[in-house]
Amino acid sequence: MIIIGERINGMFKDIAKAIKEQDPGPVQEWARKQEYNGAHYLDINVGPSSPAPVEAMKWLVEVTQEASDLPLCLDSTKYDAIEAGLKLCKRPAMINSVPAEMPKMERVFSMAAEYGAEVIALAMNEEGIPKDADSRIGLAAELVATADAFGISPDMLYIDPLVLPCNVAQDHGPEVMRTLREIKLISDPAPKTVVGLSNVSQGTKNRELINRTFAVMAMANGLDAGIVDANDDELMAAIASARIILNMDIYCDSYVDVFVQRNR
Amino acid sequence: MAVEILKEKYRSKVGEVVLGATKDQGGTRSHTITVGGESALPFLHFEGEIPNRPVLALEVWDMVPGEWDPLFEKHYADVWSDPGAWAKKCVEEFGADLIQVRLKSADPDFGDSSPEDCVATVKKILEAVGVPLVIVGCGKAEKDNLIYAPIAEAAAGENLLLGVAELENYKAVTSACMANQHNIIAQSPIDINICKQLNILIAEMSTAMASRIIIDPTIAALGYGIEYSYSIMERARNGALQGDKMLAMPMIGNVGLEAWRTKEANTSTEAEPGWGEQEERGLLWEATTAMAYLQSGIDIMVMRHPDALKVIKANIDDLMKDNSY
Repeated sequence: MIIIGERINGMFKDIAKAIKEQDPGPVQEWARKQEYNGAHYLDINVGPSSPAPVEAMKWLVEVTQEASDLPLCLDSTKYDAIEAGLKLCKRPAMINSVPAEMPKMERVFSMAAEYGAEVIALAMNEEGIPKDADSRIGLAAELVATADAFGISPDMLYIDPLVLPCNVAQDHGPEVMRTLREIKLISDPAPKTVVGLSNVSQGTKNRELINRTFAVMAMANGLDAGIVDANDDELMAAIASARIILNMDIYCDSYVDVFVQRNR
Repeated sequence: MAVEILKEKYRSKVGEVVLGATKDQGGTRSHTITVGGESALPFLHFEGEIPNRPVLALEVWDMVPGEWDPLFEKHYADVWSDPGAWAKKCVEEFGADLIQVRLKSADPDFGDSSPEDCVATVKKILEAVGVPLVIVGCGKAEKDNLIYAPIAEAAAGENLLLGVAELENYKAVTSACMANQHNIIAQSPIDINICKQLNILIAEMSTAMASRIIIDPTIAALGYGIEYSYSIMERARNGALQGDKMLAMPMIGNVGLEAWRTKEANTSTEAEPGWGEQEERGLLWEATTAMAYLQSGIDIMVMRHPDALKVIKANIDDLMKDNSY
């Protein structure tokens, strides 16, 4: 599973404060920590209450790149902020995210084509998050077809089937699993899939246990990537073990170390 | 309508390892040999690069190899009491790319020669030939651990390939290689998990050593489990091409040693007239074993019969012809 480290996000108080005070310390520390613990991408989000999201995004991209060579996943609903970030990225980035709605798809896919970026595409539209797998797959197909019209290959897309907290919408769980499996049948090459892992456990008491259980179940159903807490060692060990069970890595006694140390 | 040929895309490639060092590089070899570097499955030149041809070593022992079949006498008896002359004959007459020196006489059951004797043998062979050397111990770990360091030190700068490291006994030989910048043979018993783990352990001792490892997956001869070693090597190579760095090393195999352990190679013509003439049968057993391993991605093969080496050299010439389209 491709690990997108979630920690550089203005939702966290230390990052919000760092942005406000223009203090690169906490941002760079989290960049290094997540890379050290096995992240493959770093999610960059200025947070919901940033007064100047474009400037904040530019600053976050610059200071993060000073500390880490990992590719970035630019996370914002404000596309001007994403575009400003894309211009500064040293390596091809990921855009997070776009729903199956016009004109948002037009804006994001043309931007992705221009900068060679991958795109996280959400299986939702103006009507919200669908209840069942079939509607999610329908939206995924719409996203793949629209991206294709902009010259973006399906394997540049990471479809997020959108998982709801398991204490709120338990019936979504099996639908998400089925969606992950069937998305692979939409096209050849198939689109990739991603989930925001911690959504599934919001408001529950056993957050870490639920997160890692969901991670390995989703992997068994074909999940390619996750926006996760890369510093949750138990989670990373569970993902490493799932990769062994799924025959994605060749076993050796040090397989957990090998998985988290891949970037070192 | 034109047919689009699907080609496999690989994410990664096998690391390259240089054996030997010339005078400019601090050694005394006449040339170096580079192995590995493949970015596709064996000889699929149309899917990637096979930058270095597989190379062939011949075995030289530091004592008369009493256990070899008598038919080898006519090829080696004139030189096998002198390792330097033996090595020279292998290179000049038989065309070996490399020499693998087996310090068999260090074995407490065969002569128990001292580390100083072993060093003297290695020096003698370094003087006799200009090709890079592979040096292996007698196979008894307690004794071999005493000879690695003096040899590594005496041959400092020569960029040897020294072995073997095993899961239960890798520290002495790894330290010897680290201290004097030699390459190392990491041997595992036909087991991909141990193969990978051993590479990790060596790399943990020194990250620089990770790019100096040659994998010896332990091979079997045709008819004696060749399919097991073949599939392990195939899996290691696929892993390497998919990005598993701890398996992305070139591989070596003792083809001659294994082939000449079989009854098919060692049974005399008189004992089994229906099997055909022994020497031809034996060398073909060795050559056929080698041909199979070429297809598994092997980079260095240690041969024994000079004519088997000739057959395989010609086979490699054919396989290295560009077939890209």
